[in-house]
Amino acid sequence: MSENNGNLLTVNDLRTYFQTEDGVVKAVDGISFELKKGETLGIVGESGSGKSVSNLSVMRLIPEPPGKIVSGDILFDGIDVRRLSDEEVRNIRGKRIAMIFQDPMTSLNPFLKISTQLMEVTQIHLGHSREQAYDHALEMLRKVNIPAPEKRIDGYPHEFSGGMRQRVMIAMALSCEPELLIADEPTTALDVTIQAQILELIKGLRTELGTSVILITHDLGVVAGMTDKIIVMYAGKIFESAPTKELFAKPANPYTKGLLKSVPDPAHEHGEPLYQIPGLPPDVANLPPGCPFAERCDRAEEICEREFPPFVQINENHHSLCHFAKEVHASSGGE
Amino acid sequence: MREEQHIKDEVMPDADGPVVAGTSLWKDAWKRLLKNKLAVFGLVVIAIMVVVVTIGPWIQQWLTGLTPDYIPEDGDQIRSFPPSWEHPMGTDDAGRDLLARVMQGGQISLMVGIISTIVSLIVGVSYGAIAGYLGGRVDNIMMRIVDIIYAIPYILIVIVLLSVFGGENIPGWINSLSEFFGGGAGLNQIFLLFFALGLVSWLTMARVVRGQILSLKNEEFVMAAKATGVSTPRIIFKHLVPNALGPVIVYATLTVPSVMLTEAFLSFLGIGVQAPYASWGSLAADGIKNIAIFPWQLIFPGVTMALTLFSLNFLGDGLRDALDPQTRKF
Repeated sequence: MSENNGNLLTVNDLRTYFQTEDGVVKAVDGISFELKKGETLGIVGESGSGKSVSNLSVMRLIPEPPGKIVSGDILFDGIDVRRLSDEEVRNIRGKRIAMIFQDPMTSLNPFLKISTQLMEVTQIHLGHSREQAYDHALEMLRKVNIPAPEKRIDGYPHEFSGGMRQRVMIAMALSCEPELLIADEPTTALDVTIQAQILELIKGLRTELGTSVILITHDLGVVAGMTDKIIVMYAGKIFESAPTKELFAKPANPYTKGLLKSVPDPAHEHGEPLYQIPGLPPDVANLPPGCPFAERCDRAEEICEREFPPFVQINENHHSLCHFAKEVHASSGGE
Repeated sequence: MREEQHIKDEVMPDADGPVVAGTSLWKDAWKRLLKNKLAVFGLVVIAIMVVVVTIGPWIQQWLTGLTPDYIPEDGDQIRSFPPSWEHPMGTDDAGRDLLARVMQGGQISLMVGIISTIVSLIVGVSYGAIAGYLGGRVDNIMMRIVDIIYAIPYILIVIVLLSVFGGENIPGWINSLSEFFGGGAGLNQIFLLFFALGLVSWLTMARVVRGQILSLKNEEFVMAAKATGVSTPRIIFKHLVPNALGPVIVYATLTVPSVMLTEAFLSFLGIGVQAPYASWGSLAADGIKNIAIFPWQLIFPGVTMALTLFSLNFLGDGLRDALDPQTRKF
């Protein structure tokens, strides 16, 4: 397991299924991706497309039962995460891989002081004494630009606004200077101005600490300015993966094109309705045999309903899951 | 820099002044509790009661020389005197001062309530929290055990425990515990009673806590704690239990009177606290024999006990309203 080709994280054919009353839900169904040190990866997709589940799988945080990582390899810095004991996984969580959650209003414990929660991380992982941990917590709060941290540190979460809480979460996540930061929709619950501040903050700290980042979002605008490459997920599968610039310039998948077209454009013709992809994401418990997107696709043909599409390689870093990937790629040049 | 200062002032007007202390959640609850007249009444009565039963006997002995087991030697035929200046609550059959006995009985009754509640807190909270958090099969087995114990009438369990382990068969550790406080068969019996009542009073607490933990464990902050590598025991006891504290406090306040009532009931039946020790239940049991001739023997311990139980219940209800902002009345 030593050859990791400079990759910090390699996920290979990961499948995470959930056993439910309606049958097996294939939340993540055979996804593979790589992340190099210092790189930022964006994972985009609609709700329920498996973005969060794939990352919870990486941290082994899938609730079991009903969930289960059925197959696949997760290599983090050469370590096979799936084979680790619970104890060993705990030593990685928070120390080497950290996570920021979607809703800062609920992801801090309302009964514990901010200081207690921040100190806990370094006390567990770095063996800090109370004083050391307190000083470190203070420093982290300063790093995430919380005003007057020495006065705020002993406050409770309810005394902080949403944006401030997300800052605290980021401070907590970065306390041990992790190698990988997974940000699961870090700005979805925040308003637009705070969104920009938080993204800037993550960006700045990423360069400062050299952390790799996985940014999960359903907002293409967020990933555009932040990521090196992007994965588009749909129904538990990777539909397209490409370097950010190329994905925005020449998407090779009708779904990606649909997503890009759905982004509100300020230069939009007045009175013209906003584009939206018709229909709803499919029920992942019983997928049709063909392409899961066929029903909603504007260029679906008969083969799409019958056969599962191939994962076509467009060029070295660009892949797309579509029967007509090359045609779509070629046609999307001029946009 | 100027702009930054400006923002700081806007966001946190008190940035340079004293920051509000972080205990506002409890302070809030305290404020709401103080608005509830009945709860305040209960709190005051309980405070007075605790003070009186702890230091009352000393003061009385110092002032009048009367102790709970002082039997006057000059033998009148009728030794049970009605209330007078010398005996504010009268005396019992043997001529013992009833005020002294009620105060001593209060000590024991309150101790039974408090110790059993502490036992129920420790056992019930950990049991319920573990069952609720682990869930699945473990939860199922643990809660079925609770159901089984629950199904057996608890009075029966206590009676069996008291008669099996009472008297000569007292377990060694209870004996050594009571020896620490002076020893003797009477004290043994009292400590056994603490233990037996504690053993049956944690069941509901376990259920209450389990329910709380079940609804809390899916909160995102638990996932966040897991994601930072916090171990399971630490998540349960450091992150989850404090969040369930409100209902636990309320339920504990309501456990105290219910355990006291059970103790009174057992002592009334004659299997609880034995003479020369007294509890409010055993005093009432003594009093009921003479209710037609010496009514004060029943009235004083009875009223004292009723007043205490009422107050505890009022306080419990008040705490429930105060700690649960959703149900508060405006």
